[in-house]
Amino acid sequence: MPRSIREARELLRTRRISALELAELALDRSHADRHNAWLHLSDDHARAQARAADERLSTGDAPLLTGIPWACKDIIGTKKIPTTAGSRILEGYIPPYSATVVERLDGQGAVMVGKTNLDEFAMGSSNENSAFGAVKNPWRDDRVPGGSSGGSAVAVAAGEVLFSLGTDTGGSIRQPAALTGVVGMKPTYGRVPRWGVVAFASSLDQVGPFANTVEDVAIVCEAIFGKDPNDATMVTDFPNDDLRSDLDKGVKGMRIGVPKEYFSVKGMEPGVERAVRDAMKVLEGQGAKLEEVSLSLTDHGLAVYYIIQPAEASSNLARYDGIRYGLRVEGPDLLETYRRTRGQGFGPEVKRRMILGTYALSAGYYDAYYVKAQKVRTLIKDEYDRVFEKVDALVTPTSPTVAFPIGAKVNDPLSMYLNDIFTLPVNISGLPGISVPCGLSDGLPVGLQIIANSYQERTMFRVAAAYERATPHHLERPKEKAA
Amino acid sequence: MAIDRSVVEKAAGLARIALTPDEVERFTGQLSVVLTAVERLKDVDTEKVSPTASVLPVSNVMREDEIRTGLSRDEALANAPKGGRDGEFFRVQQVLEERP
Repeated sequence: MPRSIREARELLRTRRISALELAELALDRSHADRHNAWLHLSDDHARAQARAADERLSTGDAPLLTGIPWACKDIIGTKKIPTTAGSRILEGYIPPYSATVVERLDGQGAVMVGKTNLDEFAMGSSNENSAFGAVKNPWRDDRVPGGSSGGSAVAVAAGEVLFSLGTDTGGSIRQPAALTGVVGMKPTYGRVPRWGVVAFASSLDQVGPFANTVEDVAIVCEAIFGKDPNDATMVTDFPNDDLRSDLDKGVKGMRIGVPKEYFSVKGMEPGVERAVRDAMKVLEGQGAKLEEVSLSLTDHGLAVYYIIQPAEASSNLARYDGIRYGLRVEGPDLLETYRRTRGQGFGPEVKRRMILGTYALSAGYYDAYYVKAQKVRTLIKDEYDRVFEKVDALVTPTSPTVAFPIGAKVNDPLSMYLNDIFTLPVNISGLPGISVPCGLSDGLPVGLQIIANSYQERTMFRVAAAYERATPHHLERPKEKAA
Repeated sequence: MAIDRSVVEKAAGLARIALTPDEVERFTGQLSVVLTAVERLKDVDTEKVSPTASVLPVSNVMREDEIRTGLSRDEALANAPKGGRDGEFFRVQQVLEERP
């Protein structure tokens, strides 16, 4: 497999490889996947798209992603191709239309190889909550790949495809990217259409890419960003075709903030801190001015998130009632049919969050939990706004730990939730964030998170690309990939 | 805040989720831990703060009011659950009493 979209593009353009050959290679590697990264491989569909891509490439009128094999998180709807959201309640569901992001990639001539495994309804940080089995980390079989977009991260890390799409509600792209050693990015809230994506927590969810390099991620962003008349929760008036224009500019003179609270959390592994501190020195060596900043409410982010997110989810997932699609488990009356369908169709983490969210929204508790969380959300957002008056970007660890053992945290939801302590404030505030590989600790990848102000993806990519150029970490791969 | 089984049972009822006694037991313990952790929000002074429902600075987003084709009847019915389709209709359980 070529090492980047850029490299594959050159091979395709000069016809040293055909899109069909590249698709066959991706399909071979994906069928041989031993990490449970896939829920569905769409061989015929991929071959048809590859043949069309070859025709387009031969005319010379082919966008950058033409013929590039990619993987789609199975929470993003794909016309005539099963979409389960990792849940029994949607087993066998076949969408009658594709998500806008999929249509845009189709329009570019990209080749979708299949649908990737995930935590059920994207609820999880380890990919152990999938109804279709846990995903394994290609760096070490006994470790989780992170979640919820674990399959999408692994498909790229294991060299099965050249990029993938995930969704990120509290870190579900950045955290698995960090734990599998690839680049993963969550766009500013409102930049990517969510039409056709299974809704989880609507004020937080965004679609974003995984890839091998910062430039590749930016290429995919240019393809999927931009207003969609079917999505009323989008910003407009921001250009989306210039995201790569600052990649080569370097960080000389840029002001980069280091939030001190991000380094004092309980459970931060020394190896992670070391790798991230080293990365900061690299940026400093490149001419960036690093300064300590304070985000005093960092610790409260988790509490805000674990009220707002389950509350929104409990409302969004009310639609799974067994009437029009999905699983139906019939009882003696309609109410009992609802209860049994949802009791049997949802897995434990989804049920926990439905109950938590319903409780937080219920009469008598709504003000104390939900409204209170929304108010603290305002304060967290204000704090970021103030910090971004002083700095161009923030650098932090993506996750406090490297990939942890499968099974280690399944029965301890709170300790699982703490994985997202550095990523979820970014969703709460609607900001863009990217995780780039910054070395290994105990032989497992560590991620560096770079956060920018809203709509400043270009600045974020600029910092990330400068770091990537200065270090070899993005080239480190699990052993099997070297083959 | 520690909660007891009745809280979990009540919320599960509102959420229309049937739980086994085992699940009620497990979730009661786990959610007590989570609710205790989120209690720290009480320490934040929010007296003069307005709530944020969305970070987006947009409202009343409109699109052109034009006729577009929707799903065909067959497309809409194609994913009906097992036993959930009756010809051109979804089959559902009776919810109204029959007249005497």
